[in-house]
Amino acid sequence: MPRIVSITLQNTDDARPIIAAITADNPGARINAMPGIVKIDRDDSLTVRRASVEDRLGRVWDPQEIHLSIVSMAGNLDEDDDYFNLSWS
Amino acid sequence: MNAPLKLGLKQRYSLLTSGLDWTPSYQPFEKIYPYAEFEGIKIHDWSKWEDPFRLTMDAYWKFQAEKERKLYAVLDSFAQNNGQMNLSDVRYVNALKLFLTGVSPLEYQAHRGFAHVGRHVPGVGPRIAAQMQSLDELRHVQTQVHTLSHYNKFFDGFSEFRHMHDRVWYLSVPKSFFDDARTAGPFEYFIAIGFAFEYVLTNLLFVPFMSGAAYNGDLATVTFGFSAQSDESRHMTLGIEVIKFLLEQDPGNLPIVQKWVDKWFWRGHRVLGLVAMMMDYMLPKKIMSWREAWEIYFTEAGGSLFEDLARYGLKVPKYADVATAEADHLSHQNWATFYQYCHAAGFHTWLPSAEEMDWLSEKYPTTFDKYYRPRFEMWAEMEKEGKRFYNNALPQLCSVCQIPMVYTEHGDHGATSFRVSDYKGEKYHTCSDGCKDIFDGEPEKYSQAWLPVHQIFQGNCGGAGLEDVLKWYKLNLGADNLQQAGSPDQKLWDEWMAAKDKVAG
Repeated sequence: MPRIVSITLQNTDDARPIIAAITADNPGARINAMPGIVKIDRDDSLTVRRASVEDRLGRVWDPQEIHLSIVSMAGNLDEDDDYFNLSWS
Repeated sequence: MNAPLKLGLKQRYSLLTSGLDWTPSYQPFEKIYPYAEFEGIKIHDWSKWEDPFRLTMDAYWKFQAEKERKLYAVLDSFAQNNGQMNLSDVRYVNALKLFLTGVSPLEYQAHRGFAHVGRHVPGVGPRIAAQMQSLDELRHVQTQVHTLSHYNKFFDGFSEFRHMHDRVWYLSVPKSFFDDARTAGPFEYFIAIGFAFEYVLTNLLFVPFMSGAAYNGDLATVTFGFSAQSDESRHMTLGIEVIKFLLEQDPGNLPIVQKWVDKWFWRGHRVLGLVAMMMDYMLPKKIMSWREAWEIYFTEAGGSLFEDLARYGLKVPKYADVATAEADHLSHQNWATFYQYCHAAGFHTWLPSAEEMDWLSEKYPTTFDKYYRPRFEMWAEMEKEGKRFYNNALPQLCSVCQIPMVYTEHGDHGATSFRVSDYKGEKYHTCSDGCKDIFDGEPEKYSQAWLPVHQIFQGNCGGAGLEDVLKWYKLNLGADNLQQAGSPDQKLWDEWMAAKDKVAG
């Protein structure tokens, strides 16, 4: 059985570019919309890339800004200046 | 020179924590950290602790301030624009009453608990993480009280939430859960709240329920819910780091940690029965059933998590299979209990409508029509005949979870689930194998539990009559309690809706 990692973000103007970046960068990601939130699941790992969010946002974006939009997550987290990654080892 | 202009995140975080600790010289180590060893946990190297969220203090304050600005702008708008009139239905407000009396005070308990642990764990990384979490939890209780104070201007059942939390019979379920965690040692507290509750179970409380608030027009609650939940993700990573760290540090920690995981999973599952009922019965417009939420957030997410932790030898919590099977029964049994006892509760109840019962049949195909629909239909008949059923017997409570003994036997849903333990010549009753194991593991602790029904019989709750006890709870009789139909809340709502209809023509 694949291990599922997951990130849930608010469905807001701040979060939509992040959701779009995740969708583009993580083939096979499954997007589940619920009222007010979007839950994104993927087998084994999922990455939010700073450059990819910045392309969509049109400004500098610090991956820690994800703190303003995140609702929940599942997986081991690795966070640095250029990415935010969830995976099972 | 090739030096970077700015330190990377990992470097910044490491500078925040490393070197912050020192070797004490005035006092022996064990006097400074008196609770560090009695639980039997062995830590050899605190520097191996790795915080996954590398949040430095300046970033912490910046993001928290931004969250507060956003939240309070929404709350202000909600109040200014009479947002309470745009709810899907007034019945929804009862879920908020249960939230404020049952859940928000736990946020305060979590604040106290993490402050204590942050003081007593002898490692810098977890101390900083616990300090941040302690502040987060204080923020949560404050924002929840602020948000719900707006509802208190119009609706009953909110005003004495703090007093009620310490006294009302069903609120002893969440209260005793946190009292239990906070009176444990620091490592057990970390596993209980950080791992079992925050990581494994809080999604079930905050994610689908808050999404439900969004669906039912409650802009204010959605906003505090998701503002709190944005901190929760950080708390979850603390929970998972704690468990990995303890298991990596010493093989002798595994059996201790496993026992805590088993215990706190089961304790948490029992407390969340209140949320099961909120989702299946109290949200007028429903998002997903408790059963579906359990599948997503425990079976699927918990499955991946425990597979990951299997490399340390940690097993799926004992009785997880029982909890999963109970997901088909839990909300129905809890709602049926509150229906019978809402004369002694700080919120209103009602019977599900014909459409709602059809939804429940669809979501619970193996149990609802067989066990629960007939009961609700019978009660509906009795209401029609003017014989609304209130149960006037004080129920026997489980000595561990403190829930009345209303649950049925695993695999035999015609029988009450009932266990007995003997301790120092007295009998103690529990509701399940899960709670009995917990009692038998620490009988000295649980034999001292403040059980609301026992306390009433002992004369410690305002008097012998129901009315005396309800006054002692500060329940405003005839307003806070009884059925939704005929309540002052319902009357007010009907007036608002009639005024809307009049404008609409």
